[in-house]
Amino acid sequence: MRQKIFLVVILLLALPAHAALQIQSWTLANGARVLFVETRAVPIIDINVEFDAGARRDPAGKSGLASLTNALLSSGVRAGAEPAISEAQISDIIADTGAQRGEEASSDTAGMNLRTLSAPAERAPAIALLGRLIAEPAFPEEFFRRDQARSIAALKEALTKPEVLADRALRRMMYGAHPYALEASPESLAALSRDDLQRFHAAHYVANRAIVSMIGDMTRAEADAIAQEVTRRLQPGAPLPPLPPVVPLKAREETIAHPASQSHILLGAPGVARGDADYFPLMVGNYVLGGGGFASRLMREVRERRGLAYSVDSHFVPLAQPGPFEISLQTSREQTTPALTLVRATLASFLRDGPTPQELTGAKKHLIGGFSLRIDNNRKILANIAAIGFYNLPLDYLDIWTAKVSAVTLADIRAAFGRKVALDRLATVVVGGAPASP
Amino acid sequence: MIKIRIAGAATALLLTFLCGPAWAAPAAEFKLKNGMKLIVREDHRAPTAVHMVWYKLGSMDEMNGTTGVAHALEHMMFKGTRKLKSGDFSQRVAAMGGQDNAFTSKDYTAYFEQIEKSHLEAVMALEADRMTNLTFDKKEFDNEIRVVMEERRWRTDDQPLSLLNEALMATAYMAHPYHHPIVGWMDDLQNMRMEDAKAWYRRWYAPNNATLIVSGDVDAQKVRALAEKYFGRIPLRPHTPGKPQHEPIQRGERRVVVKAPAENPYVALAFKTPSLRNVEKDSDPYALEVLAAVLDGYDNARLNARLVRSAKVANSAGASYSALARAPIVLFTLEGMPAEGTSTEQLEKLLRAEVTRVAKEGVSPQELSRVKAQLVAQQVYKRDSIFEQAMEIGSFEMSGLSHRNIDRYIDKLKAVTPAQVQAVAVKYFGDDGLTVATLAPLPLVENKTPPPQFRH
Repeated sequence: MRQKIFLVVILLLALPAHAALQIQSWTLANGARVLFVETRAVPIIDINVEFDAGARRDPAGKSGLASLTNALLSSGVRAGAEPAISEAQISDIIADTGAQRGEEASSDTAGMNLRTLSAPAERAPAIALLGRLIAEPAFPEEFFRRDQARSIAALKEALTKPEVLADRALRRMMYGAHPYALEASPESLAALSRDDLQRFHAAHYVANRAIVSMIGDMTRAEADAIAQEVTRRLQPGAPLPPLPPVVPLKAREETIAHPASQSHILLGAPGVARGDADYFPLMVGNYVLGGGGFASRLMREVRERRGLAYSVDSHFVPLAQPGPFEISLQTSREQTTPALTLVRATLASFLRDGPTPQELTGAKKHLIGGFSLRIDNNRKILANIAAIGFYNLPLDYLDIWTAKVSAVTLADIRAAFGRKVALDRLATVVVGGAPASP
Repeated sequence: MIKIRIAGAATALLLTFLCGPAWAAPAAEFKLKNGMKLIVREDHRAPTAVHMVWYKLGSMDEMNGTTGVAHALEHMMFKGTRKLKSGDFSQRVAAMGGQDNAFTSKDYTAYFEQIEKSHLEAVMALEADRMTNLTFDKKEFDNEIRVVMEERRWRTDDQPLSLLNEALMATAYMAHPYHHPIVGWMDDLQNMRMEDAKAWYRRWYAPNNATLIVSGDVDAQKVRALAEKYFGRIPLRPHTPGKPQHEPIQRGERRVVVKAPAENPYVALAFKTPSLRNVEKDSDPYALEVLAAVLDGYDNARLNARLVRSAKVANSAGASYSALARAPIVLFTLEGMPAEGTSTEQLEKLLRAEVTRVAKEGVSPQELSRVKAQLVAQQVYKRDSIFEQAMEIGSFEMSGLSHRNIDRYIDKLKAVTPAQVQAVAVKYFGDDGLTVATLAPLPLVENKTPPPQFRH
């Protein structure tokens, strides 16, 4: 008996360090919010700094400003208390230490990320540079003009692609006058000036709205020092104007001509916001409808049974305000009508009856059984804590996630979908469409 | 110890810091009696694992008339076996909470599952089952080949740059089967029969053509025992290898134009270069990798710095080369989208001029130490992903190099000298081994006559 207890104790002590993730969070004196997970698994550090500086903040007539501002942060650092740094030097400093830097702008957020070796001497130059890039961009006129032209060329190219045309048209139909509908145009990009970028940066890349997410091989004290260094040059920012509400739409359908051999089909409507009580029932239900790959109804009906598409899916994009619910597929032009009819019928049947008990069990098994795959490396964990940070999700979000999934009932799913998705409130876009009869 | 002139203090610290013993435990390797190789990379930081079966066969093993069969069979592998109904494979992996998928390249076909570690035995049983017990149903095949055709339309037919790449490969390679597209020519898909896929499966899918790679929170000896249990009993199948189909030496420049609906023109240049055959004896492939990094290894490398950022003659510019391939001859490519006011002919010259500059003036030690710093760091970063590690092992094995050479390969790259980079820039970038593919954009006008659709 004594030996058994001894063995049990030894086993407990020997548990590997992948128990529940410990997310530490604190706020700096300058208002920046920090989230940090310490892990010694690999000698690296990942940092992500994000702001409320996404496309939803584009002023009217200046769509694309948020994205271009973000892209041009790395085109130069202005002189201030420290010397200026050129675009070329920025790249070289990062590359010389083997660090990896990136930036990203989306609907709600924009920011910059950094991956570096964790040894203090290795990481210091890149971290100092990160702090200057987000706070003191120079936006040199010559490089602004250059990248403005490149963006316009890239956008014109994108506007030849059916998937881009479909996405833009759907957004317009789903969101109307709301900022989530705004997309850059060659005209709106051409109308931008360097001053626009400077003003946008000053108003949005501010200390009191910085979310600094970090994971890696360092102590909390080191993480705090890094967060301080990265944000110390940021200015405080005035509150931003409130955003208009997202209003429900009436069903509409639009067809856009295109010479591609496939039709690109999208159906959608504003769906769910982060933190919504319906989030988990919608996520579990959506797995059954079209999120679960080959386990989903849409895949089964459209691809497996009838070979109509290579890719077909449904998904929710939870944003700060209700983000899109979308069903997406591509099919040969002459199959457009039967494919669209089938997708609508599959959705209608799901909305009417919800999942079967077996489907619900399967969904839970997959989501719960697969949870460890969502947090098994630094990159995945960082993405999770960045979302927790920006969307003010509870710090134990990842700890309670599987329990939340487990608690979802068939009634919950039917009710949640009943509230959030309706056939008479869906927009439909078809780019391509059935070929005209010869 | 690597002897190079140290450009910056940071770089010096980096190199001395990482010249110690190897970080990760080396992967364990076993061979089953039936010739199947098993490689296990243990990584215990999280309770997950990756299970991959790599078959050393891809589109390069196909014949004209049945191109696309390797990829089509990859699709069929998710249908029924003697033990499973069609679609059950993915359903079972999903029920375990896992992810599963597969991919076909010119050189290989690989199938993988990512699971919580306790499901390793179950996915291994599933993979072993479909290696030998796959059944073929005509209705399933007829349906799935239509899915493959939709995939081709989505990935290639409706994507101008994919069409360009397809034309580039087919022009650069006249005889060698790198010539044909992985997804297959549309006409071959339309004329493919179930018997073609079945014959492919029978000929190639055997343990002696397969490498099992497992990474993650696993125990190598336990994995070996499982592999013996599930794969060990599958008999090997000797096969007659295909004809070598060596590519004849290119005796002059080739040019191809692709017209497709697009906004911007584009140009791609491909030069014939050797792939890595012998880790110790070869040297040009390492120098070519470093040359590609000097040209396009980061956002201030030569092509982006000069052509995009300062001269503004290109909206994008890049270079690529991979030493790892089953074929002895691979393509070193230079490509780009010209900026307004620059033609594709001009960009072509400007891209080549960058290589000529290296050939005439060489590269600086600073550029090389920068390339090396990134190489060294990337070897640490890859340890954050068990999937990436498994992929790296698979890529080495499929190109005929042992995974045991991965660290040696990195060391060889780090040892490349400026003189060696200059030498390959001189040797491989003349006119005679060059193929140029140009995209000529067409306006986005609805076709009046839809293209003929053959019902399968």
